[in-house]
Amino acid sequence: MTTEATDAGAPEADRVLLRLDGLRKEFGTRATTVAVDDVSLDVHEGETLALVGESGCGKTTLTRLLLRLLEPTAGSVSFDGRDLTTLSAPELRAVRRQMQVVLQDPHSSMNPRMRISDIVAEPLVTHDPEARGRRARARNRERVGELLEAVGLDAGIQDRYPHEFSGGQRQRVSIARALALRPRLLVLDEPTSALDVSVQATVLDLLADLQRRLGLTYVFVSHNLAVVAQVADRVAVMRGGRLVEVGEATQVLRAPRHPYTRQLLDAVPALDPRKGRRAAQRAASPAAGADR
Amino acid sequence: MTLDRPTPGPHEDREGAPPLLEIDGLSVDFRLDTSVVHAVRDVSLDVRAGETLAVVGESGSGKSATALSVLRLNPSPPCVYPSGEIRFDGRDLLKLSEKELGRVRGRDIAMVFQDPMTCLDPLQRVGAQVAEVLRHHTGVSRAQAKEAALAALDEVGIPDPELRYRQYPHELSGGLRQRVMIATALVARPRLLIADEPTTALDVTVQRQILDLLVTLQHKHDMAVVLITHDLAVVAETADRVVVMNQGRVVESGGVLDVFDHPADDYTRRLLAATPRLEAA
Repeated sequence: MTTEATDAGAPEADRVLLRLDGLRKEFGTRATTVAVDDVSLDVHEGETLALVGESGCGKTTLTRLLLRLLEPTAGSVSFDGRDLTTLSAPELRAVRRQMQVVLQDPHSSMNPRMRISDIVAEPLVTHDPEARGRRARARNRERVGELLEAVGLDAGIQDRYPHEFSGGQRQRVSIARALALRPRLLVLDEPTSALDVSVQATVLDLLADLQRRLGLTYVFVSHNLAVVAQVADRVAVMRGGRLVEVGEATQVLRAPRHPYTRQLLDAVPALDPRKGRRAAQRAASPAAGADR
Repeated sequence: MTLDRPTPGPHEDREGAPPLLEIDGLSVDFRLDTSVVHAVRDVSLDVRAGETLAVVGESGSGKSATALSVLRLNPSPPCVYPSGEIRFDGRDLLKLSEKELGRVRGRDIAMVFQDPMTCLDPLQRVGAQVAEVLRHHTGVSRAQAKEAALAALDEVGIPDPELRYRQYPHELSGGLRQRVMIATALVARPRLLIADEPTTALDVTVQRQILDLLVTLQHKHDMAVVLITHDLAVVAETADRVVVMNQGRVVESGGVLDVFDHPADDYTRRLLAATPRLEAA
């Protein structure tokens, strides 16, 4: 990996918020699978780092390691200069407030029996003793209302249940929940993959707007390179548990250095009916598929 | 077809031929206990031999309900067809008996779906499932069916067909399963293939291979293809003509270059604008 080369060109090369160093994760006892293999990566404050790769490349395992939802077999994760692997439980809890996650499927990531108000307030209640109990109720409602409005929802939906909302609205609720503790880092794991394209566009706009307003740092996991092209400052390409290429988005997506990145990019269908194999066929034998 | 279409190109020689499939004023309702969902409303489209028609739309647009209507695969009840005709080779498929339709399914018209595991039997060897289509529709012997199935597996680019023939679906990767499903669909040499989101569940490099395979096979066999997709980039890659659906209706249709270059409908324009592009980087 070439972190040195990329860091020099990063848009905000000042402050490293998240540093992964030699991360490795093995699963299984006898026949071990190496899901993440010697991954080192810096994420800078305020940037969007996209983590791309195909199924089984280890990108989800890597996000679990950086949130310390999984223990690494080797290597370390530091957030704002503190090594998460050495923190005590209360210290880790304090750091966790600053890193939140939004998952792909807004249907399975919410308890269907909880009201929107309880879903969005849950991180507050978990992390803040003052948000618990009867007396905190009014203040929580106010805070949840603010959060819902921040993600473009009506503050009045608090007493309703997740099934009453569309996929896009639910994903906004997930984002509101992730913002409840005023985190600095959001891990977005395929946040728009389950959404229709027009809904995806509005959620991506929302995420960009929140990042600008709140100075958030994003680790954006995606298999969709066209989405990545739209959101990322830097791109890290993963394959077989390893990072094969890391760099500025324009460099990685326009002038990839690794053959695997090139292969991925070449596979993306172009939004242009003059490219692609059918177009080539049309050109070769116009009668077979004439444009009319 | 009654919809707007640009003037025929100079090389067009199929224009005079009647369409292979012609859907005319089709409506599809789902009659639920307390309500009726009008999934498809007055949809007309057609496909000629050797042509790929893409039907594109978002969830709930009615694109899949339209596609499934052709072989009457919508669950019925609750599905009913209050109006419209689906003419294949001049016959109205909606009026055929189950038995008559059974001779069309898999033989004249085949389908492939998004998820091969819903289509392949997990308890049967892959080869047997491909051969079964031929055994069912033609009088060929077991040996002939096996030979044709092996050839079909080979044709869809499955390495070592003899080995794969004996394996079960769970022993194959997602891309290989999709190839097996395509082999199953094409082994009886259908004249029309309906592909419902055939690459949506696949990784991008596998998607590329499957799209290329579909385009190649269609060209080779001069087959008509109806491709159902939510992805305009897949449309651009594969289609000759495109039908855009929204809320059960056709909002726009035409040649793929025309629709992409000059989208006439506002919804099409919004869909194109919302589709992320690699060039954004």
